[in-house]
Amino acid sequence: MLTFSPVSVSFFIMALFTIGGGLGVVTTRNLVHAALFLVLSLFGIAGLYVLLEAPYLAVIQVLVYVGAISILITITVMVTRRLMGIEETYNRQWPIAAIISGLLGAGLIALVVAQFGALTPVADVPVDNIEQLGRAFVTHQGFLLPFEVASVLLLAAMIGSIVISRDV
Amino acid sequence: MVTLEFYLIVAAILFSIGVYGVLARRNAVAILMSVELMLNAVNLNLVAFWRFLAPTELNGFVFAVFVFAVAAAEAAVGLALIISIYRNRQTVLAEQINMLKW
Repeated sequence: MLTFSPVSVSFFIMALFTIGGGLGVVTTRNLVHAALFLVLSLFGIAGLYVLLEAPYLAVIQVLVYVGAISILITITVMVTRRLMGIEETYNRQWPIAAIISGLLGAGLIALVVAQFGALTPVADVPVDNIEQLGRAFVTHQGFLLPFEVASVLLLAAMIGSIVISRDV
Repeated sequence: MVTLEFYLIVAAILFSIGVYGVLARRNAVAILMSVELMLNAVNLNLVAFWRFLAPTELNGFVFAVFVFAVAAAEAAVGLALIISIYRNRQTVLAEQINMLKW
């Protein structure tokens, strides 16, 4: 059960940011506001990463998502602005979508509570966690090949998005 | 102490919100935003499992880093496609993007 502590209070604040921002993303009519709610939600996730003792991931989250991806989304919203705000936000199948996602969420929560109720960490995070990560990315025993493949993927995505969106 | 299930419940709620957005929104940019929400929920799950079940191993942590890289690539290409479609068809509404539907 939860006890009142600084960690649990900040957990609930961050969870509130995350879920409130997520609800804002799917319900707001104005897409610029939806993008801002997305930033709030992603920022909440970064806070949860800090609470999970993964500060490196929190920094990446802020850099990649809050910094880069949300800027991309905002610019796309501005570029494709002409039709915004006039029409209906949802399509005709939204009641079915609400039922499906509600059932999915209830099922997932029931499963999670039944399977992982009140589990505490099995060990502490090693102090040199980030150093181990850096070494693992550049050694054969670690993740050298996936790391290089990820670099090629990012290069391909960069060239691909320039080619696709260019004005011919 | 915040136990594992609380993180997983937050992730499950966020994932369901993302599913709702993907199914119910009409605007392609909004659908992509909902996909980002779902990706983040999954990533939160990965990091939570890493922290609670195997904090001395690197595998779960590294997996989350790669999910970041793939999500960034997906967002860039997806938004480029939306801009390209808007340029050619003057619309970003999912039901009007039906050139491949017969």
